Amino acid sequence: MGEDYFRQYGLIAVFLLIAVSVPIGMLMLSRVGTIVCMRPTRPTPTEPEPEPSDRTINPEEVKRRSQMVKLATYESGMRAVGSRWTRFNFRYYYFALLFVVFDVETIFLYPWAVRYGVLSETFGWVVLAEVVVFLAVVTLGYVYAWRKKALEWV
Amino acid sequence: MPDPFDSILYRYVYCTLSSTGDAECAGHGLFGGGLLPGGLEWLAFPLTAAIIVAALINGILGGVLMMIWGERRLLGRFQGRTGPNRWGPFGLLTPIADAVKTMFKEDVVPTVSDRLVFTLAPIMMLAPALLIYAVLPIGAGTWLADINVALLLIIAVGGANVLAILAASLGSGNRYAMFSAMRAVAMLISYEIPLVISLIGVLMLSGSLSLVAIVDAQTIPFFIVQPLGFFVFLVASMAELNRTPFDVAEAESEIVAGYMTDYSSMKFGLFFLSEFAATIATSGVITAVFLGGWHGFDPIPSQFWFVAKMVAVLTVIVWIRASWPRLRIDQIMNFAWKALFELTLINLVVSGLLVLAWPSPSTAELWYMAGINWVVFLVSIYIFGRVLGPKHDSVRAGNIQSGVVLSDSDAPAIPAGGGD
Repeated sequence: MGEDYFRQYGLIAVFLLIAVSVPIGMLMLSRVGTIVCMRPTRPTPTEPEPEPSDRTINPEEVKRRSQMVKLATYESGMRAVGSRWTRFNFRYYYFALLFVVFDVETIFLYPWAVRYGVLSETFGWVVLAEVVVFLAVVTLGYVYAWRKKALEWV
Repeated sequence: MPDPFDSILYRYVYCTLSSTGDAECAGHGLFGGGLLPGGLEWLAFPLTAAIIVAALINGILGGVLMMIWGERRLLGRFQGRTGPNRWGPFGLLTPIADAVKTMFKEDVVPTVSDRLVFTLAPIMMLAPALLIYAVLPIGAGTWLADINVALLLIIAVGGANVLAILAASLGSGNRYAMFSAMRAVAMLISYEIPLVISLIGVLMLSGSLSLVAIVDAQTIPFFIVQPLGFFVFLVASMAELNRTPFDVAEAESEIVAGYMTDYSSMKFGLFFLSEFAATIATSGVITAVFLGGWHGFDPIPSQFWFVAKMVAVLTVIVWIRASWPRLRIDQIMNFAWKALFELTLINLVVSGLLVLAWPSPSTAELWYMAGINWVVFLVSIYIFGRVLGPKHDSVRAGNIQSGVVLSDSDAPAIPAGGGD
């Protein structure tokens, strides 16, 4: 019995190992492309003419600047203003809280559902009634959230 | 715990390699078995695992290439064009050309990015998408592992893409990516709940979380017995996959490519790959849980049945993509919390009552259940359509100034007097 357990999960562990190494291998292969010069490393397509005020800057600096534009994060072609740390609406927080409540609920429901058929044969309707009471308690919170407009995405 | 030797695939490869002469191995395996020399028997198990896994992953990657081609062709047909048809017969080699091209493109890493997280994110995205196949039974006796919490593993692993999306956007340091990640996380966690609860009706009927046991329990496919569960699971898994009409996370007309904006070359390719691998995996799960898995009629092998059903599900998914426009984020969230969540609760209680009436149901009793469930399904869909339908859409009803919702207000407006 124990051997079967370790065999089954051993197979999954081997799968996980290979599933992680496949994308790593693909990235490595693509890196090999750089080494054998099949992949452009960091070309500067056309070196932009330096602006009149920058005429004095040496060509190395011009090249560096044009690469800086290329290596900037994409923001509609304009230079990005500010950092990525922008403010977000509080409603994301509402939904995260609701998720925690109802996801914990599902964790309790799963083992019950699997044994439900067997249990209901011995104990009858009590098995269902218990869970309906549990659901009613959680649903009360759900109705409260709805009434308080926590479910509105506006 | 199920016996690993129940899997014909495992038994065949293991017995070919092992020379210990296990009782289970009598008469199985190629060349009479025992290819490994004495002293190396311990290698039989890891080698078996590696061989089957390598075959599976190669199958998945081939399937992904086929699906890229199939989806483009099918979408072309839906839109009255031909789709890719130049390279190879019917354009079959197009995805291979794309793969080679993607692999040898320049790899641009933005200077503000967090290099480690930036590189890890695509790997975090692909590995879970592949791991789902570890417990997927693709035919009678054709599976890698049959654990008794398989469905739980699929849900847990399938939910891991939230982390990958967040890592991608944090790593690339792009503001579009941050918007995308916030939307994606909000949407994915909202649809996680109906997705998980919709399976409970199936669990009551099958009495097991093992996918093999669930397929065995389906004397008639569960989508007939559990129409409401099937509907909710299909919709919620479409949302989990970030596919149209739920693709607000990578809405190209609003936020460039979302969390993938700054990715290029093979890292972008991995995102692409994992999206398709996850789509195929989900269609496999739908096939196994709701469409009767490998069951079919006899002369045609069970593996063929499974793949045929998977292709049918994929076709429906592409069809949905071709038919619906992208939904607004408020519509999506309303649908998850106000419609799907309650439909799953209705399904749960009704299934509970039905199983109470017919514990361990026979085929005839399953048909009775199906009849009642279909009535419940149609009535509840009709009622929810009336209650939450277009008339009650806050924008259409004019309750809200339409600009507020339509202009994407992921971030609060900066007051005119000055920002932060």
